[in-house]
Amino acid sequence: MEDVEHVMKLARLDLSAAEREEMRRQLSDILEHVAKLQELDTAEVPPTYHVLKTREIWREDEVRPGLSQEAALANAPRRRDGCFQVPRVAEEF
Amino acid sequence: MELTRLTARELGGQLIRGEVSAQEAVQAYLDRIAVVEARVQAFLQRDPEGASSQAVAVDERRAAGEDMGPLAGVPMALKDNLCTRHLPTTCASRILEGFRPPYDATVTARLRAAGTVLLGKTNLDEFAMGSSSENSGFFPTRNPWDLERVPGGSSAGSAAAVAAREVAFALGSDTGGSVRQPAAFCGVVGMKPTYGRVSRYGLVAFASSLDQVGTLTRDVADCALVLAAICGVDPLDATSAREAVPDFPALLEGGVRGLTLGVPREYLGQGVEPGVRENVRRAIAALEDLGARAEECSLPHTEYALSTYYLIAPAEASSNLARYDGIRYGRPAAHDDLLSLYGNTRREGFGPEVRRRIMLGTYALSAGYYDAYYLKALRVRTLIRQDFLRAFERYDLLVTPTSPTVAFPLGERTRDPLQMYLADVCTVPVSLAGLPAVSLPAGLSGGLPVGLQIIGRPFDEATVLRAAYALEQGAFWTRTPPPEEVGA
Repeated sequence: MEDVEHVMKLARLDLSAAEREEMRRQLSDILEHVAKLQELDTAEVPPTYHVLKTREIWREDEVRPGLSQEAALANAPRRRDGCFQVPRVAEEF
Repeated sequence: MELTRLTARELGGQLIRGEVSAQEAVQAYLDRIAVVEARVQAFLQRDPEGASSQAVAVDERRAAGEDMGPLAGVPMALKDNLCTRHLPTTCASRILEGFRPPYDATVTARLRAAGTVLLGKTNLDEFAMGSSSENSGFFPTRNPWDLERVPGGSSAGSAAAVAAREVAFALGSDTGGSVRQPAAFCGVVGMKPTYGRVSRYGLVAFASSLDQVGTLTRDVADCALVLAAICGVDPLDATSAREAVPDFPALLEGGVRGLTLGVPREYLGQGVEPGVRENVRRAIAALEDLGARAEECSLPHTEYALSTYYLIAPAEASSNLARYDGIRYGRPAAHDDLLSLYGNTRREGFGPEVRRRIMLGTYALSAGYYDAYYLKALRVRTLIRQDFLRAFERYDLLVTPTSPTVAFPLGERTRDPLQMYLADVCTVPVSLAGLPAVSLPAGLSGGLPVGLQIIGRPFDEATVLRAAYALEQGAFWTRTPPPEEVGA
């Protein structure tokens, strides 16, 4: 597997140089193993995303009780003014 | 007789008849935990105060004449990926340290409504990813039959706690075998119902098209009883099935006469320990003696199941675990800006196996690889499911080993992820097909339990349980670990 750094970025997972090397080795082993699937001709086989009979689930469009704001925020490491607080993402103009 | 030696059904009966109080039952289990837990290490959190007050409430309601049902007052445990309101739910991950869900999982709520008493939350492989509990972010659980061996996983603590008589029953979750394989290793009964049979609301998501809550019990009758308490459609989970839930405990009798069993040859071939094969063959012979007809059959795509699973499950996991960002809950890492908050939190919070699966799943879903890996696996999943559905045109049930080996020594497979994945080779195909399956004890090999897997048609848990019950009634094998192993 060549692109560990690219996948790290997509997954938002920072790994040290040593961890990257081990990850590259282990993922290559796994990918080599799963390459077995290429033996099968599946051109005419539809994919199975899930095993349920596809169907729509409808309900009346009415307000139902949900989590209170306080309960939803209770586990947040940082909160302010009834919101989740995050690091600044934009510079001041 | 010691209270902790009773099955859930027997204890429930004594509670109904007033022969024992819920407070006495809870105390008996807390005493048992005090003796064996230091060796087994099944629990991540225990809640003796909460358990005692729940027991008092059950006793008071019964004293007032309320009809409480067959499980009221029975002590149990929940795998720590099932949300419990105001009680820590960690998924055995550092990233969820300190998290207290503001709501109960639907199965938690249903067991509370049934009057069961929650003793604590059990250990697992982090986010249910693993087969030995060695991926727990906290500590490994030990197999009560041999403390130097793994209990299986990922529902390790639930299986070990039931085997060591620390609870009367427990719930786990099964994505690729995480209820059935530890049940086999610990010599207890583990049921994964049909996908959709049990609500997943409040089960912390790993791979949403595969995850299903399951039961760990001392025997098959207990399995039916607990299953009846947790099954059924739930408006909070749109994937929960509307199929009517049969009265499982009432359908156990009836035997196996007239049933046709398929024995897929791919599950008894290379890689299966001789001791496992012999015990499984003996169990099949016992089912034939009871009147079933057994016949060898083939599920030709079996050899592709593990590869299929290890693309689909990590792909779904990489998406589900994107929510752990250190902002809404969990433990944030030191950071300079938003991106380093994400990157550092996830690196510090997730253990090696979870990182590996996030990376593998992200790769399989990424531009340029989606068709070759993820979509390919979804197509092979169709072939695997078709194998099963074709077999069920001929057979009522399929019978296989639950795992190709008995419990392996701690540390034996931790360095090689692929070796660890092989522990699930018999359970993963069933998960991909969404079918119900039970693992039940089928004898010992070298003093360690062997599990027999019985697989049924979609939503036909009742026939699976009927065959398992018939076998259990006629069986002569030991179900509980020798006391010297757990030090009591």
